[in-house]
Amino acid sequence: MYGEGPAVCLGSDIDTDLIIAGRYLRTKDRRIWSEHVFEDLDPTLAERIRGAVIVAGRNMGCGSSREQAVIALREAGVVGVVAPSFARIFFRNAINVGLPVIEADIPCVEGAFVRFDLDEGWVEVNGQRRPAAPLSRRMVEILRAGGLVPYWRSRR
Amino acid sequence: MQHHAAGALRDSAVVQGGLLTMGTLSERILGAPAGEYVNREVDVAFAHDGTGVLVRETLREMGVERLPHPERVRLIFDHIVPANTGTTATLQKELREFACACGIPLSDVGGGICHQVMSEGVVLPGQIVVGADSHTCTLGAFGAFATGVGATDMAAIWASGATWFRVPPTIGLHLDGRFTGAAEAKDLALACVGALGMEGATYRALEFVGDGAADISMAGRLTLCNMAVEAGAKTGIFYADAVTLRYLAGFGLSVGVQAPEECCYEREIAFDLADIVPLVAAPHRVDNVRPVTDVAGTPLDQVFVGTCTNGRYEDLERFARIVRGGTVAVRTLVVPASRRVLQRAIETGVLAEIVAAGCIVAPPGCGPCLGAHMGVIGEGEVCLSTANRNFRNRMGVGGEVYLASVATAAASALAGEIAVPEEI
Ligand code: SF4
Repeated sequence: MYGEGPAVCLGSDIDTDLIIAGRYLRTKDRRIWSEHVFEDLDPTLAERIRGAVIVAGRNMGCGSSREQAVIALREAGVVGVVAPSFARIFFRNAINVGLPVIEADIPCVEGAFVRFDLDEGWVEVNGQRRPAAPLSRRMVEILRAGGLVPYWRSRR
Repeated sequence: MQHHAAGALRDSAVVQGGLLTMGTLSERILGAPAGEYVNREVDVAFAHDGTGVLVRETLREMGVERLPHPERVRLIFDHIVPANTGTTATLQKELREFACACGIPLSDVGGGICHQVMSEGVVLPGQIVVGADSHTCTLGAFGAFATGVGATDMAAIWASGATWFRVPPTIGLHLDGRFTGAAEAKDLALACVGALGMEGATYRALEFVGDGAADISMAGRLTLCNMAVEAGAKTGIFYADAVTLRYLAGFGLSVGVQAPEECCYEREIAFDLADIVPLVAAPHRVDNVRPVTDVAGTPLDQVFVGTCTNGRYEDLERFARIVRGGTVAVRTLVVPASRRVLQRAIETGVLAEIVAAGCIVAPPGCGPCLGAHMGVIGEGEVCLSTANRNFRNRMGVGGEVYLASVATAAASALAGEIAVPEEI
């Protein structure tokens, strides 16, 4: 599972209300979530995260269990999310929708070139490589399948 | 399904295959030591009107039409009830039809908040409980392993009856003594989150033990476990004891107690309940915890009493005891956590006292907690709430939320500004 893109830096304790506000949850239209992603944090982010790797601080995705948060990021074109630690439901949700999450402590430089390889377990910012916490075999399989739904379908 | 039927009486460690008789309560229920990945059947798996829509969509994408164990599943309408717009109403209508087609027991609009409804005789000690809501940890108050998952996880659980867990390491919270003055379980919950920080317990279980824990009521335990996730925890958990037994007996259920065994905590923190004073979490972080005295006098635009943290009968009763005979000086919204809570408050006269004091009573549900409808606050408004989250913009864009206990909410409602509650 390899990915690359320019870095978009975020702070610590980014909660799921900030990723997608509660007022946008009442819909099935996934476009609405990617359009309003990070709206309350910085309305320019929705555009900037397309094709980018988010490098966040500690406790990324804390708060509610809303899966709309990871779907919004995926639909907005985020390649992967790197953070020293994740809130556990966010982490699990990300894998389930096929959004690569990389647990690693690496300094972020806005716009720097980020590469990651989840099979080999590393992430690189501007050529500086750091180890990423390993995922369970099943998690990697789910990610590789593109999420839990395609994983489920392929095993039936 | 014998698994489910035997739930009430079983010793968790034995029924989970006798894998483990020692360890923390989470390890014993999940049947493996901390750090291991396990695959387990779940006993109860619920979603609400917010997450349920996504669960249903995902099941459709998966091509699943029949659920193997609809009796383990629950749907609860609580987040935006009654519906605020045509869109919400239509989503709820579709979900209602889906529940009916699959044979899923539904708690419809007005029944109450999912965690409260699950606490009224559904969840039992030793069970594995998953909810498509982050505050599912509330139900650890029964000595169950209860945790929140996302909608896709829930779809797979409804489709298969099982899921995987990483067994969490446990932080032991040793409680001694008894609350004094106006302090209550909510103040202790805030003290815990303040001490641990917003990510201090990520991937961990919080186990409440000690003589002080034995004295805390079921309502207080539910409040404490509810806020475990605010420190990032996977669950909060109490051992089922005489208090649990008595509570469940009220629902006609008989269960066995759970006794702590030799185990190893990753970390231990001790609290003397006598040292706990009324606290607030000031905007916009749940771990921004300070004594109420620090912020006393802050003018308020709204007080909100309710939610899965503090909307239980005991909370309404405590609130009524303080505002009784007086008149609130600020817009005050009281939202019972469930129909059962509302009914009891009507029967005992507590509701009449709350209404007489000038409060607005709304139907059972989440109310304005998630900022989606009914009672949200405006730009620059300040609300003191008995809920569990004060993230920026959560209860309304540009608003500020202070989290506090029921007693602090009552004293503040009477004063129109944040006020220190007196000994009750
Ligand atoms: S009351 Fe608030 S915190 Fe509790 S389930 Fe409802 S929205 Fe979530």
